[in-house]
Amino acid sequence: MGNLAENNALHADLEPATDIPNDNHYFLNMGPQHPSTHGVLRVLLEMDGEYIVEAQPVLGYGHRMQEKMGEHKNWMAFMPNTGRMDYAAALQYNHGYVGLYERLCQIEVPTRAEYIRVITSELNRIVSHHLWIGAMLLDMGAFTPILYTFDDREQVLDILEDVTGSRLTYCYFRVGGVCKDIDDKFVEKTRAFIKRQRERFDIYNKLVTGNIIFIKRTEGVGIISPDMARRYGVTGPVLRGSGIAYDVRKNEPYSVYPNFDFEIPVGANGDSYDRYLVRLEEIEQSLRIIEQALDQLPDGPFLGKVPKKMKMPTGDCSFAVEAARGELTYYMVSGGGDVPYRLKIRVPSYSNLSILQELCRGMLLSDLVAAMGSMDLVIPEIDR
Amino acid sequence: MPPELLRMIIAAVIVVAFVFLNAMILGYMERKVSAHIQRRPGLMEVGPHGVLQLIIDGLKLIGKQLVVPEGSNKFLFRLAPVLSFAPCVLPFVVIPFSKKLQIVSMDISLIFILAMTSINVIAILVAGWASNNKYSLFGTFRAVAQAVSYEIPLLLSILSIILITNTFSLQGIVAAQKYYWFILIQPLAFIIYFIAGMAETNRAPFDMPEAESELTAGFHTEYSGMGFSFFFLAEYANMFTVCSIATVLFLGGWKGIPLPLGDYSGIIWFMLKVYGLLFVMIWVRWTYPRVRFDQLMSFCWKYLIPFSLANLLITAVLVKLL
Repeated sequence: MGNLAENNALHADLEPATDIPNDNHYFLNMGPQHPSTHGVLRVLLEMDGEYIVEAQPVLGYGHRMQEKMGEHKNWMAFMPNTGRMDYAAALQYNHGYVGLYERLCQIEVPTRAEYIRVITSELNRIVSHHLWIGAMLLDMGAFTPILYTFDDREQVLDILEDVTGSRLTYCYFRVGGVCKDIDDKFVEKTRAFIKRQRERFDIYNKLVTGNIIFIKRTEGVGIISPDMARRYGVTGPVLRGSGIAYDVRKNEPYSVYPNFDFEIPVGANGDSYDRYLVRLEEIEQSLRIIEQALDQLPDGPFLGKVPKKMKMPTGDCSFAVEAARGELTYYMVSGGGDVPYRLKIRVPSYSNLSILQELCRGMLLSDLVAAMGSMDLVIPEIDR
Repeated sequence: MPPELLRMIIAAVIVVAFVFLNAMILGYMERKVSAHIQRRPGLMEVGPHGVLQLIIDGLKLIGKQLVVPEGSNKFLFRLAPVLSFAPCVLPFVVIPFSKKLQIVSMDISLIFILAMTSINVIAILVAGWASNNKYSLFGTFRAVAQAVSYEIPLLLSILSIILITNTFSLQGIVAAQKYYWFILIQPLAFIIYFIAGMAETNRAPFDMPEAESELTAGFHTEYSGMGFSFFFLAEYANMFTVCSIATVLFLGGWKGIPLPLGDYSGIIWFMLKVYGLLFVMIWVRWTYPRVRFDQLMSFCWKYLIPFSLANLLITAVLVKLL
């Protein structure tokens, strides 16, 4: 409670949610075990009836000291950990990590490897959005969409399993390339998936997008203004839902993304419904990227020449990728040797969660579920 | 033993057995229908196509311990499930399953059913309050507000039928639908009744009191074992009651094309209609997200009640004129 009082003092300049004196308020612990906080997030709610006066996220229930582990292991040993931070979009975490070492040690990556990385990363983004659509609708009381999106998700997971060897926590990228080449079967199956997914959008739209109850529940709920988004350092689809076309793939291009023609979908109002539409459109844009990448896929090696024992130069370096939830940055300070002196990981969900407190003031409990669902939080990523 | 008492005991046993059977059929139906809506096979393991699953589930629930949470009012906590279940059984006494199959024929059977179904909300109130859990209390607030609001359009839509038939007897209402079903002349009343009925029974998309993802399980968060299953049985019994009233009032009750089964054709038609409506309820539940609580209330007060009032007024004028 002490923290909450401090926070109240911190936001004393903001308008109070209600005029009712404080002794009518009560506290409600949403989490750490609650069906719609997905994992071990705890939100301490100060409530006035059904209205939220203050929502304070409490973290730390799943902390594993990933950054510290990264400072004691060489890149190869830490690699599997990267996939375990954001389990829903593990390949992008792989990508950021190997990209960091490649930038610091100036390692050449074969073009084919970069294409494979882009294709698999984008597949992973689609899978992550599938999971999100299902989970958000589940939070809002619709039980069916998750099974439809998981049906599609399974198709991609099968494809990725063939090439990476795992279905969820991938450890597929290597410094200098990827660990296994893709074959014709992969290309064929991916093309079949693209065709299938385009047809499935119709089902999504019929079941969810045009659903009057869904629209009523999300339109105008959890509005994040562009200014508010900037203040909290929000990134990813949440930022784009607020109308800011910021995407690391375009603004700070890495890998071979400049070779592809794709758009950044943006929302108009910054409400939960816009965030839904943005993510739905992102699936389509990812499909476009994959399609182009498959067409342009060059021949060549899939793993470049990398020294067995890496000698890292002294200095610092950072590498940002657009993960499914927003901008993911790895930052490293190297003091020579083969382990970093300091490894800092900037995860998108953390900043996205920080907006919750201001966002939820005066909201209904049901809206909190819809707003939190639309932010697509992955708790092990926040508590890394 | 006097024959009247024997008859009552047999009837009571049959009714309770039917309530349990109905819960089993509905439970199976719900899980199977939801499975097919979600493109999965559903129950398959116990018995052919999983038909025995609900029996196993029932045994499991009976075998489980009823955990009484610390700090709760133990007497009320134990009372609530029974209080919820008992009134749900009583409407079955007056439901006309066919021309002859009705345990007691009362002139005010409709009022009796409405009175009995309304008691359920008190049980929810007791359950939520006695649980000593904020989520339960939340669910209770919502349930009470919802039930009180939705009772009004429910009754108003029923009243427009009463104006036409001039009787509260369910058999009388069925008899009045000799040439056509009342859904043809009162479609609006039927829609309002069905929506309000879904809200009354706390079914999705109006399952506010037990919204899993918001309130964990609402008023029955703390209940386990038979405590939970009594609420579960009550919900299914209530669903059956709501749908059978809808059948009697709007769909001609047990009337239908005569089958070569003599008097039994009535019961078959009645069951077909009731389970058809129940299927619609299940279908809706597995398709729509949950509405928000304030939207639920404004929908009731701003749309359902004015429309049902207007419908009642028009019906009254027409009945007077014709």
